[in-house]
Amino acid sequence: MEDTLLKIGSRTFNSRLLVGTGKYKDLQETDLAIQASGAEIVTVAIRRVNIGQHPDQPNLLSVIPPEKYTILPNTAGCFDANSAVRTCMLARELLDGHNLVKLEVLGDEKTLYPNITETLKAARTLIDDGFEIMVYTSDDPIVAQELESMGCVAIMPLGSLIGSGLGILNPHTISIIKENAKVPVLVDAGVGTASDAAIAMELGCDGVLMNTAIAAAQNPVLMASAMRKAVEAGREAYLAGRMPRKRMANASSPETGYFFK
Amino acid sequence: MHIYLNGELQQTQCHNLLELVQQLALEGKRFAVEQNEMIVPKSRLESTPIHDQDRIEIIHAVGGG
Repeated sequence: MEDTLLKIGSRTFNSRLLVGTGKYKDLQETDLAIQASGAEIVTVAIRRVNIGQHPDQPNLLSVIPPEKYTILPNTAGCFDANSAVRTCMLARELLDGHNLVKLEVLGDEKTLYPNITETLKAARTLIDDGFEIMVYTSDDPIVAQELESMGCVAIMPLGSLIGSGLGILNPHTISIIKENAKVPVLVDAGVGTASDAAIAMELGCDGVLMNTAIAAAQNPVLMASAMRKAVEAGREAYLAGRMPRKRMANASSPETGYFFK
Repeated sequence: MHIYLNGELQQTQCHNLLELVQQLALEGKRFAVEQNEMIVPKSRLESTPIHDQDRIEIIHAVGGG
């Protein structure tokens, strides 16, 4: 069965797996893992240039060229709306007017849980300025609806805390968010292994965004390949429509024609 | 004059942002510049003078999730 394309704002994609570029051993490993993942959307962070750094040091964007990938700058490390807005403005200038960003405004260092008040404030400013916002948020269905009605192009609730690898701790709220939404819903954060990604997709989510689950695996390139398959498998299972759950057994083999009874 | 370049107090002889970028050997690379929390487009680096005590940020993309 032919799947529809993933449509985010004004752009369309074949792959439903979005990957980050943090925590890899080196740029070669980053490159190989991203290729193995099949991802078309790749997140980056925005940070100061190291002044005095060797000018020929390899650059991340030479490994993930914006001509080949859709670069998704994030606002990681921002704890207030103002710094998140500044980060997006700088990213847009860096990427020659590219307006798709991942907004995340964090609440505290320990949990990196989203600060919804500041997220809403930043989203308003950025949308008014022409950005297309994919927004990292809590798994609160009402907040998700609010972000969608403001004009965010994708809602990205956490499965569990960033970098925790605990999987999807509240599948019930994720499905409610998905049921309510007209824009794509992607699980962002918390995936630990392939089955977590498959579960996100089986819930009906439109995609999954992950970084640590791949980068912190013993073999990141192999895990990237596993994630690609898990997202595809979960998506197909969702489209196929799972069998109903039953409390008791239901024999698979015929219960007639026995020669031993 | 003195400027705060990526948070560090520095002395500079550069008159405009393009000169500063050239001095840092960043020309031709992917970066973006903010002067006192305002974006300065690449096309306007040369026409943007540097003033004493300016806070200048030069950023690029790094690995992140």
